[in-house]
Amino acid sequence: MSKIVDARGLSCPQPVLMTLDAIKSGSDGELEVIVDNMASRENVVRAAESHGWSVFEIKDNDDKTQIFIRKG
Amino acid sequence: MAKNFFSTRVGIIFVGAVIGILAAVLQKLGNPGNMGICVACFERDIAGAIGLHRADVVQYIRPEIIGFVLGSLVAAYSFKEFKPRCGSAPIVRFLLGVFAMIGALVFLGCPWRAVLRLAGGDLNAVLGLLGLGFGVWIGVMFLKNGYNLGRSQATHTGAGWMLPLLMLGLLSLMFIYPQVPGQDKSGVLFYSLNGPGAMHAPLLISLVVGLGIGFLAQRSRFCTMGAFRDLILFGQTHLLSGFLSLLIFACVANIVLGQFHPGFTGQPVAHDLHVWNFLGMALAGLAFALAGGCPGRQLFLAGEGDTDASVFVLGMIAGAAFAHNFGLASSPKGLGPHGITAVIVGFAVCLFIGFAMKKKIAA
Repeated sequence: MSKIVDARGLSCPQPVLMTLDAIKSGSDGELEVIVDNMASRENVVRAAESHGWSVFEIKDNDDKTQIFIRKG
Repeated sequence: MAKNFFSTRVGIIFVGAVIGILAAVLQKLGNPGNMGICVACFERDIAGAIGLHRADVVQYIRPEIIGFVLGSLVAAYSFKEFKPRCGSAPIVRFLLGVFAMIGALVFLGCPWRAVLRLAGGDLNAVLGLLGLGFGVWIGVMFLKNGYNLGRSQATHTGAGWMLPLLMLGLLSLMFIYPQVPGQDKSGVLFYSLNGPGAMHAPLLISLVVGLGIGFLAQRSRFCTMGAFRDLILFGQTHLLSGFLSLLIFACVANIVLGQFHPGFTGQPVAHDLHVWNFLGMALAGLAFALAGGCPGRQLFLAGEGDTDASVFVLGMIAGAAFAHNFGLASSPKGLGPHGITAVIVGFAVCLFIGFAMKKKIAA
C-alpha cells in the first residue's frame, strides 16, 4: 500500500510542497498524489521527475486525478 | 491524455515570446510608454473609468484585462479545465489584492510592466525586479514554514462565471457609452483626455490580443511571481524561462520598433526613487506570493472558475481606488503624499497574514 498525498482543493505550490515533503520523509518508494486541477497535475509530475522519481500511472477522473509515482 | 504543449519548456518560452512581442506592438498602436500591458495599471484605469477614483489621467476600461479573463475562460472550457471553486480564505485574498495594488502603484507597474519597462530601457525597473524577488523570497519563507490559505471547494458553475460576466458587463458599457473625442465622460463612464488613460490601442485590437494572451496563458500557467517563487522554493526554472523569454522578445521588439531608450531619467510613467521602486514592488511581490499568483495569473485563474482569484482581482481594483483617493500612488513627479505610510501598513498586514495563516493540512 503506497502512501497517499491528498492535495485536492489546493493550488500551487502546496501540492508540490506536499509531494516533496512525502518524498523527503523517506516514503517506501511509492506515492499516490491526488489533485483536482491540471496545473497541479503538471507541476507534481514535473517536480517528481526532477527529483528522480518516475510516474508509472495517472488516473484522470472528472473530480480528481490520481498520480502514482515511484522512486527511480 | 494528450500532452499539453504549452506546459512544456518550449511551450512556455513560446508564450513568453508572444506576450513580449504583442506588448511592444500594443504600445506602438497607442498604449502608454513601456506599458503595452500592465495588469495593475490597467485594472487601476478600469477603477477610474467607473468612477471608483477620480484621478482624471488614468480612466479607461482596458479591453486587454477583459480579454485575459475571457480568453482563459474559452481555453478552460475548450480543454475541460473550467472548475468553479471557492472558499480558500477569500477575505484574506481581497486584502492581499488591495496591498498588491498599492505596492505596484508605488513602483508604477505590476511584474509584467516591470519586465516591459526594463525591455524598453527603463533601468529603474531593475530595482523593481530586485524588490519583486525580495518580496517573493519573504513569501517563500512563509511557505516553507507552513503558510497556506486552506483548501477550496467545488461550487456552482454560475459562481465561476461571476468575474467573466462582470468583464462582459464592462465590455458592454464600452459599446453603450463609447469614447467621445474631447469629452471626459460618456454616459456613466469616465474617459481620460490626457495622460496614460488617454493612450490606448484601438479597442478591438486590444480585446483580440487580450483574448489570445488569456488563452495561451491559461494553457501554459504563465506566472511572473511563480517564476521567482519556483526558482527560490524548488530550484525550478520552468516558469522563469517564460519570464525571461518575455523580457528578451519584448526588448528585441522594442529595438525593432524604435521604442528602446535606455536610462534612469525621463522614462515614461516612472520615477527614479530607487528605494521606493524596490520596496513598492517588494510589497507587491510578497502579496502575490501569499496569494499564489501574479496579477495576470489571478485573471487567468478567475477565467477558469477560481472565484478566490476573482476576489483577489476585485481587491486589486478596490486597492487602486484607495491608492488614488488617499494619495498613495506614485506619479512621474514622485511618491504620493501617503505612499510611504501605505507601504509600511501593507508590509505589516502581509506579514501578519504570513504568520497567522499556518493551519496544518492533513495529507
